[in-house]
Amino acid sequence: MAERFLVEAVNDALHVEMERDPSVLVMGEDVGRLGGVFRATVGLQERFGADRCVDTPLAEAGILGTAVGLCMAGWRPVCEMQYDAFSYPALDQLINHVGRYRWRTRGTMSFPLTIRMPYGGGVRAPELHDDSPETYYVHTPGVKVAIPSTPADAKGLLAAAIRDLDPVVVLEPKLHYRTTKEDVPEGEHVVPLGEARVVREGSELTIVAYGAMVHVAEHAADALDGEASCEVLDLRSLKPLDEDALFASVARTGRAVVVQEAPRVCGFAAEVAAVLAEKAIFDLRGPVVRVTGYDVPYPYWQIEDAYMPSVERVVDAARRALAA
Amino acid sequence: MSRVLPAEGGLRRVIGDGEAIPDGEVAGLGQDDLLQLYRNLVLLRTYDERSVIYHRQGRIGTYAIFWNHEAMQAGSAFALEDRDWIFPSYRESAIGLLRGIPASTILSWWRGHPSGWWSPAEHNVASICVPIGTHVPHAVGFAWGSRLKGEDRVAIAYFGDGATSEGAVHEGATFAGVTKAPVVLFCNNNQWAISTPLSEQTAAPTLADKAIGYGMPGVRVDGGDVLAVFEATRDAVLRARAGDGPTFIEAVTYRAAPHATADDPSIYIDRERVEEERENECVGRYERYLVRLGVLTDSQAEETKQEALAVMRAGIAEAEAERSADVGLVFEHAYADPPPSQAHDLAELRRILGHG
Repeated sequence: MAERFLVEAVNDALHVEMERDPSVLVMGEDVGRLGGVFRATVGLQERFGADRCVDTPLAEAGILGTAVGLCMAGWRPVCEMQYDAFSYPALDQLINHVGRYRWRTRGTMSFPLTIRMPYGGGVRAPELHDDSPETYYVHTPGVKVAIPSTPADAKGLLAAAIRDLDPVVVLEPKLHYRTTKEDVPEGEHVVPLGEARVVREGSELTIVAYGAMVHVAEHAADALDGEASCEVLDLRSLKPLDEDALFASVARTGRAVVVQEAPRVCGFAAEVAAVLAEKAIFDLRGPVVRVTGYDVPYPYWQIEDAYMPSVERVVDAARRALAA
Repeated sequence: MSRVLPAEGGLRRVIGDGEAIPDGEVAGLGQDDLLQLYRNLVLLRTYDERSVIYHRQGRIGTYAIFWNHEAMQAGSAFALEDRDWIFPSYRESAIGLLRGIPASTILSWWRGHPSGWWSPAEHNVASICVPIGTHVPHAVGFAWGSRLKGEDRVAIAYFGDGATSEGAVHEGATFAGVTKAPVVLFCNNNQWAISTPLSEQTAAPTLADKAIGYGMPGVRVDGGDVLAVFEATRDAVLRARAGDGPTFIEAVTYRAAPHATADDPSIYIDRERVEEERENECVGRYERYLVRLGVLTDSQAEETKQEALAVMRAGIAEAEAERSADVGLVFEHAYADPPPSQAHDLAELRRILGHG
């Protein structure tokens, strides 16, 4: 074990996986010489050369589009999108090709590419450096999505994504890139996709969260200590979704609050609520309550805290769920 | 050759008109090559003409016509080795015929049957790309990635004049220039994007002029002259193999048929110009050239056409004999390792359909 920040765990995973598999290639804007604007790729170009850690032109659709071709030539590209909202120009390639090409070849070609990007708000950044775009990715057939909340999971989920034969999008909570150091296993460390993690056990309410919102959920559970026993479930993968973990938790607690940072409409919390309504409604003793961002453009950073799901809002939602 | 200059002004031509314009020839092409090129042209032409008929007979679905684009496709493909990869748009749907993809497979694609979705690595022909120009970065990535692996493979991407307005073509070409990818960007400029003429597509004097912005040579060639297309592509392929990077080829023609079977060009197109083009269509031009050269006789030409017709008759029969696809193929191949919900969805669908 080594104590690492989340972004250092990402960097560690990239080193380990590039060492392990010579077909892994990192590409993106400023990932080589600079080591990435968040330093997630620092040291890779020195270690593996400019052909395997590639500074690309500033063109996200070009990055993802050429990555499709690189897969066809036998590479496993790991594409960095510099920021969440900068990934939107690449959605064309993602939807039209990345998610479809395997199907288009009737399974004869695989597209084992990984897209990783810092996501989310709370970092006092200019416009379009704060988005939570997971729904666009989860909604795209053929694409898997993982979102770590801890350094160890950041390493393990990224390793799983790189090794997966399907394209995987990994969203890294940039707010927590350098908040706390935690123990991260050294060497190879894989957290399988599709396995949620019970962060803390409880008996009266499940708070479902992923990414940066796991920390908010934990603080809310602390705040409710003595008032209600809260379980916190970190989904870790949005697709595949660990439905069994969700059902098992709700079977224990009978109530659920789902927290997401993204705007509410058709967000992932809606999917969780729908799955619970369809398949676990008889375990529920009250409505599933969502705590989300609002249906507005991500706000000016001086008032961004009002947008972000806060401990107070989660506690408020938990009380409503418990009272119903 | 490696210097980047504004595109050549005139169109490269080899084939004359039998009168004032003298015939040229391409060094390195023997009589067998010339006849093979003719067979390739005739096969593509026959595929296209039969497909329009099959569509009218209700035997294939909507079909993107490539009549008079055959010289661009056959000429350029003839400059490639089998190990080189072709990235077609829907306009080049049948280019795989020249690599041994059966006619039945391509007809099945237009019939919406899963057997039409071929395995790209089997013939080094990528899947048909429908969203305009978005496969250009794929060809570039493939060529770049192959070179990084030390493999001697060139890629060629086909796209139309309208595609040059797409961001994906711009980004792909930018990457090609920077990575010096061994790729040929082949633009078939038929001067129409469905109903939008080139003059409303761009203010650039020529499409090949765009190449200078990407740091690669731009070449203009007569798209109806199969030998000129071959020669220009061969130059580009040699350049790519030598490590000198990509080339942009603009092959100029005029669309003399509808965009697709659902299109009615009489609303917008210049009919006189279409007539002129039809009289000078590319297969006939090459045929007359070969006859003037004494390489092809009328009976050989007829035999070639009958052979191609037989290929198509067998192809459509085979495509129509395909068993209807199992609904499991709705789900299969979407993921290497599908989410558990898929098995559940398929089981439920089978139950409702009464499949047990």
